[in-house]
Amino acid sequence: METIILFAPLVGAILCGFGWKLIGETAAQWTATSLLFLAALLSWVVFLTFEPSDHPNGTYTVNILRWIESGTLSTDWAIRMDRLTTIMLIVINTVAALVHLYSFGYMAHDENFKEGESYRPRFFAYLSFFTFSMLMLVTADNLVQMFFGWEGVGVASYLLIGFYYRKPSAGAAAIKAFVVNRVGDFGFALGIFALYMVTDSFRFEDIFAAIPGLQDHSITFMWRDWNTLNLIAFLLFIGAMGKSAQLFLHTWLPDAMEGPTPVSALIHAATMVTAGVFLVCRMSPLMEYAEATTTFIVFLGATTAFFAATVGLVQNDIKRVIAYSTCSQLGYMFVAAGLGVYSVAMFHLLTHAFFKAMLFLGAGSVIHAMHHEQDMRNYGGLRHKIPKTFWMMMIGTLAITGVGIPLLYVGFPIGFAGFVSKDAIIESAYAGTNGGYAFWMLVVAALMTSFYSWRLMFMTFYGTPRGDAHTHDHAHEAPNTMLVPLYILAVGAVFSGMVWYGSFFGSNDKVGKFFGVPYAEASEHGEVKADDHGDDHADAGDHAAEEDGHGKAHYNLVGAPGEGAIHNNPDNHVLNDAHEVPVWVKLAPFVAMLAGFGLAYQMYIRRPDWPHKLATQQAPLYQFLLNKWYFDEIYDFLIVRPTFALGRILWKQGDTKTIDGGINGVAMGIVPFLTRLAGRAQSGYIFSYVFAMVLGIAVLLTWMTLFGGAN
Amino acid sequence: MIGLEHYLTVAAALFVIGIFGLFLNRKNVIILLMSIELMLLAVNINLVAFSSYLGDLVGQVFTLFVLTVAAAEAAIGLAILVCFFRNRGTIDVEDVNVMKG
Repeated sequence: METIILFAPLVGAILCGFGWKLIGETAAQWTATSLLFLAALLSWVVFLTFEPSDHPNGTYTVNILRWIESGTLSTDWAIRMDRLTTIMLIVINTVAALVHLYSFGYMAHDENFKEGESYRPRFFAYLSFFTFSMLMLVTADNLVQMFFGWEGVGVASYLLIGFYYRKPSAGAAAIKAFVVNRVGDFGFALGIFALYMVTDSFRFEDIFAAIPGLQDHSITFMWRDWNTLNLIAFLLFIGAMGKSAQLFLHTWLPDAMEGPTPVSALIHAATMVTAGVFLVCRMSPLMEYAEATTTFIVFLGATTAFFAATVGLVQNDIKRVIAYSTCSQLGYMFVAAGLGVYSVAMFHLLTHAFFKAMLFLGAGSVIHAMHHEQDMRNYGGLRHKIPKTFWMMMIGTLAITGVGIPLLYVGFPIGFAGFVSKDAIIESAYAGTNGGYAFWMLVVAALMTSFYSWRLMFMTFYGTPRGDAHTHDHAHEAPNTMLVPLYILAVGAVFSGMVWYGSFFGSNDKVGKFFGVPYAEASEHGEVKADDHGDDHADAGDHAAEEDGHGKAHYNLVGAPGEGAIHNNPDNHVLNDAHEVPVWVKLAPFVAMLAGFGLAYQMYIRRPDWPHKLATQQAPLYQFLLNKWYFDEIYDFLIVRPTFALGRILWKQGDTKTIDGGINGVAMGIVPFLTRLAGRAQSGYIFSYVFAMVLGIAVLLTWMTLFGGAN
Repeated sequence: MIGLEHYLTVAAALFVIGIFGLFLNRKNVIILLMSIELMLLAVNINLVAFSSYLGDLVGQVFTLFVLTVAAAEAAIGLAILVCFFRNRGTIDVEDVNVMKG
């Protein structure tokens, strides 16, 4: 079954990409889509029936083939099944299947292609190929296989961003995404090499087992000694930064919106960009021993969440707003992963995949309705024209901003998916940093998330229609192939948080059971309290040391590295502490959400003249944000232009002058010169030839006489 | 008593005369042919002298071959010369430089 899940998308990609001329365009598209739905269905079966306690270490492996065999290096191509993999399987396959379906409607007519051109099978083949690569990445049993998937998704992303190959901007964005990812991948590759150097294996099992023994090990790199584990974790994180568009390597993600919207939903929101988070969670046994690096991850994640949210505030392109929102939410996930609450990071990854894919697909539906107009300044009042899309977007917005009922707990909190998972991260951030930098950044980011999400809603669906009247008159609801995926994702966006709260962010015993990690009672305060949740939270601050928020015994994850899907050090109590944060911390994200909503309401519904006034009043700040903190300009100045200049020097001076000039000089200068010289020696007079011969004989004779010739 | 040295001296003198005839002569191609002939004869004298000195007849047999080849060569050379004269109207060595590079 695991093999079918992995290979169904590949078969779909091949059939659709190479076979569409035989079976026809529509049939090819349906082949790819139905194979994806099969994979999605099986993924859910696997996810729901997977019981970590049935398998040693909560893991089992399906061997496919022996891949690389050389000296002590032996790498299998194998599927590693544990909780992390099954979570990623449902995320990837569900979103991918729905995006395939959605693309039937979205890609039906495209003005970027000429009449009668077949671009649809190509699009579906790329999508399926992407899905396969992503599955390779998450099912990897070793780092080489993971790297294969890692690069595979990079290629697929490149192909799909540049899908509208007639648009120069799309081509440029595709190249940018590829090149920026190369920077990250370089770090990732170095990390893999370093791991192989110290553990002599690429297999996760061997690596995890070897890690505790390497704590005081150090290696020399870049002219100085580093703690091995910190260095490797840092290098791997650079790879994650590139793929997950964290600060400094984030510039490709907004540009990637040049691709068709289903691509943005699948690759640049739900799956590929979360690969970095997945990598950090997968390498949790390593991260747990790399304290300096995880501190850095938390810092960078929090900064990214804040930065991307500020930029999102002022963007006008509907897709770019959501892109920056993705970037920001990825920052949240990294904060959780860096703090050592990997389950919470995965939780947000899961819920985010649902509501962000939904927001993107909803935005696609709006764009579809508005004839490929993406500027929100030309929207307005669309809720009557496309009510179904409006309601779906509303659910997505409620989910991302984190609407729920705070402090109410009935075995799980009541609220949309984002409410549950985002609050989990913010509480963990408070517990993990004692209310430090990361916590405040995330709360402020939550406020801004709410603001820009509601701004998007208000500008698009409320107010008066702006822009081209003709376009507004012809705005129409999307076909069912586009709406059904939205409905399904809406279910996930509403319920996924509540349903899996206990598994991802419950007490440690639940989380341990879910992830297959051994857990043990931690303290003597084992009495079972039946108090209701709300009361308990009210005085949780006082009793923090004595009882956890759920009135149950303390548990700690006690597995050795490699036991279970994630690993926590025995002294990592963030998950426990996160349940015992003060009430105001639990309320903070909710208040931030309300404030953001109120501000957006005030600025875009009650006083629509405010945004403009504010922008003129605070022009420098506005320009700073509108230009994305000038990251592109700085990179352009510091990296792109010097590189171009270097390239130009090598081209003009190196290639044209040195190499071409050298060859031309030899062929057109030196050789004719020598020829002329030789020609001049050819007098044509017999006596001069004879003279030369005599001279030669004389020299030979002299030589023979003096040195004995051949002897 | 006339010994081997005398023969060799004569042969060497003839050979050198032939060589000088080749590259000092700037006038007549026929003289070139004659010089070549002279050099061949010098070699023949060497062969005969060594043959009689060593008591080995092979050298003299070889001489006969060389004479034959020399005769053929002289015939061909004169034929070429005739052709050349017909084409160019002169057999001055100074004018024979068609091979100039």
